Amino acid sequence: MKKKSKSVVSYNKWGYIFLIPFVVVFIVFQLIPLISTVYYSFFTYYEDGLDVIGPKPNGINNYIALFSAKKEGEMNFMIGLKNTMIMWILGFIPQIILSLLFAAWFSDPSLRLKGQRFFKTVIYLPNLIMASAFSMLFFTLFSTVGPVNDILKSLGIIKESYDFMAHTGSVRGLVAFMNCLMWFGNTTILLLAGMMGIDPALFEAAEVDGATARQVFWRITMPILKPILIYVVITSLIGGLQMFDVPQILTNTKGSPNNTATTLIMFLNRHLYSKNYGMGGALSVILFFITAILSLVVFKFSGNSDKYGKK
Amino acid sequence: MKKRLLALSMAAIMTVGSLTACGGETPAAPAENQESTESTTSTSTTEAEPTKAPELDTTVEATDISEEVEGKVLNIYCWNEEFKSRLTDHYPGYEVVDATTGKIGDITVQWNITPSDDNAYQNNLDDTLKKQDGAADDEKIDLFLVEADYALKYVDTPYTLPVTDLGIDLSELSNQYKYTQDVMTSSDGTLKGVSWQGCPGVLIYNREAAKEVLGSDDPADVQAAVKDWDTYKATAADMKAKGYYMTATVNDTYRTFSNNVSVPWVSADKKVQVDDNIKKWVDDSKEMYDAGQIKSTENLWGEAWNTGFYPDGKVFCYFGPAWLINFCMAADVEGSIANLGGWGATEGPQGFFWGGTWICAAAGTDNKATVADIMRKLTVDKDIMVDIVKADDDFVNNQPAMEELAASDYTSAVFGGQNPLGMFAAGAKNIALDKISAYDQGCNEEFQNAMKDYFDGNSDYDTALNKFYDAITTKYPALSY
Repeated sequence: MKKKSKSVVSYNKWGYIFLIPFVVVFIVFQLIPLISTVYYSFFTYYEDGLDVIGPKPNGINNYIALFSAKKEGEMNFMIGLKNTMIMWILGFIPQIILSLLFAAWFSDPSLRLKGQRFFKTVIYLPNLIMASAFSMLFFTLFSTVGPVNDILKSLGIIKESYDFMAHTGSVRGLVAFMNCLMWFGNTTILLLAGMMGIDPALFEAAEVDGATARQVFWRITMPILKPILIYVVITSLIGGLQMFDVPQILTNTKGSPNNTATTLIMFLNRHLYSKNYGMGGALSVILFFITAILSLVVFKFSGNSDKYGKK
Repeated sequence: MKKRLLALSMAAIMTVGSLTACGGETPAAPAENQESTESTTSTSTTEAEPTKAPELDTTVEATDISEEVEGKVLNIYCWNEEFKSRLTDHYPGYEVVDATTGKIGDITVQWNITPSDDNAYQNNLDDTLKKQDGAADDEKIDLFLVEADYALKYVDTPYTLPVTDLGIDLSELSNQYKYTQDVMTSSDGTLKGVSWQGCPGVLIYNREAAKEVLGSDDPADVQAAVKDWDTYKATAADMKAKGYYMTATVNDTYRTFSNNVSVPWVSADKKVQVDDNIKKWVDDSKEMYDAGQIKSTENLWGEAWNTGFYPDGKVFCYFGPAWLINFCMAADVEGSIANLGGWGATEGPQGFFWGGTWICAAAGTDNKATVADIMRKLTVDKDIMVDIVKADDDFVNNQPAMEELAASDYTSAVFGGQNPLGMFAAGAKNIALDKISAYDQGCNEEFQNAMKDYFDGNSDYDTALNKFYDAITTKYPALSY
């Protein structure tokens, strides 16, 4: 008896030793910055030219300044959140539809799709391009003197160049389109993995009972896929909240027109311009809580499926 | 199942973690920062009056530096290739090693070039300057360049050395245009930097368009058509009728308005103020853009702006100083108007200046003699300066030499055989840089950005103005309005 417990302890020891690298990296690069971010969010602390102002405590003034309803044309947290969410939803809806469709096709044995491997690779490819490069490409393609305008003009669809970057709809649309294009492959792979995990016996049984393909999809595939689907939605939402490089580069840092394409992180980036750690910290802290709550949602849903035991 | 749970929670932790890592940069060593705040408060109170031009104290004597040992590496910080090409082409004994290094004697010249957009150059420079004390001698910045838009930010700091500390006597610099020294004079009367160029601006017009629309490409005739803003607008309508745009972007005329202001962007108590003349720029540009006389609302340096460098772009004029024509207008590209010698120069509706580059010695440099020699060769040596004019069409900071050249038979190839130096020389004498502030680059950029929405019809003027105030106070939290 004694011997057994000893061996358990020594295994535990190795467990802890192997955890050390992660814990050290986590503490140094994540936990300490996290704590100091929260700490400095209660300070006035920025640079003025070559001078550093602060840090001096200012209570929750940074948070108030972030949310204060200002005059028309000015930027605050809620505008940033709204822009971010609109662009995320615009991109995510087509993304999830495409992904479900592709995943269903790829996982359907009766379709016997040829060249599956090839297509799986191809749809994932846009994700491998750096977002900034992708964004730069679109910036050039859609500029007033770019090829898209040239083509539209030579086809006679438009007479004058259309300034894609000067209209809210086209800027948001382009951002959403790029995000969708970059991420639908990734989502497809995730959903596909989920669908492949479903017991084929269920599909066979449904077929024997005379269910249509649509019924099989909605009554069998979707309910079983729910945890994966929620995971996909929430992780995409967290990624969406951090949307930065695509709109930043597409609008040349301006979030134009009228700050309708300024995302939260772009707003954060502007505060860091003069190394304003106070305001930047406050914004980060709020984002942190939003993200933490969303992560808990994932956690809860994936936990729920455990209750019913193994499928 | 457990594994998945673990994986999911790990994923959640990592995403949360990465967000904070991305959001909250840890400010380094707050104790040190606090100290520097205290030590700099005294300087910031003295520089609080940007409108008052400090007088240069001419009694300061040059320090003797002949005893000092030269370091092996000369680190130069700048934002484009212009200064590098000046040094390569005109500094005696400069050898090119590769794209980012060169040699002067046995000293290695190390170039650190960061583009100036969105203050990237300044941020990089500032970070390095702050670490200057602790850096190894060969890592220290020895020489850096500043532009008029933010020169004041560096003039009154201990990060720049007075030129007299480099062994340069002020009497050596007597041929330079006075404004180039006024800008770099600190509040205690020392000169902190010198420039090799003068940047009076002119109206650069497309000769082809002038002939077609105005019937003549003679500078005097063109000047009559653009002599004030009302005539300028009337000419724009004629240009439009013949299929030409007056300017490529709304921002082309910006400097002519922003240089003729009665108050600086930022007042002594750090309040942002929009001058009436800048408002006039907004009104005029809006009117002309809506009438289709201006091609685009995009930024300078953008693609739409570049189109006018070529005959197909159908742009009548640009506003700029000498360096713009030589350095930016595609003079070496086959088929461009500059390459064909198709530009002409005339005074335009109002005098203005744009840019200008000053050479500063960084405090802590171990190459004082080399820095001083570069300053002497490029900003004092008449032969070299005349060479710069002849080779690069630049306008140099040497009043007698420029007046001599203006009267000579010097002609400029990009201007189709015109000698624009008289115009520049006259302009340079009138430049006054007393309405500048340390925040000008940010103010100019943000104001143009905010007004773009107004020009595009996406917002009214007041909303755009609010957006400017909001953006500028976010960019510079020290400012208010």
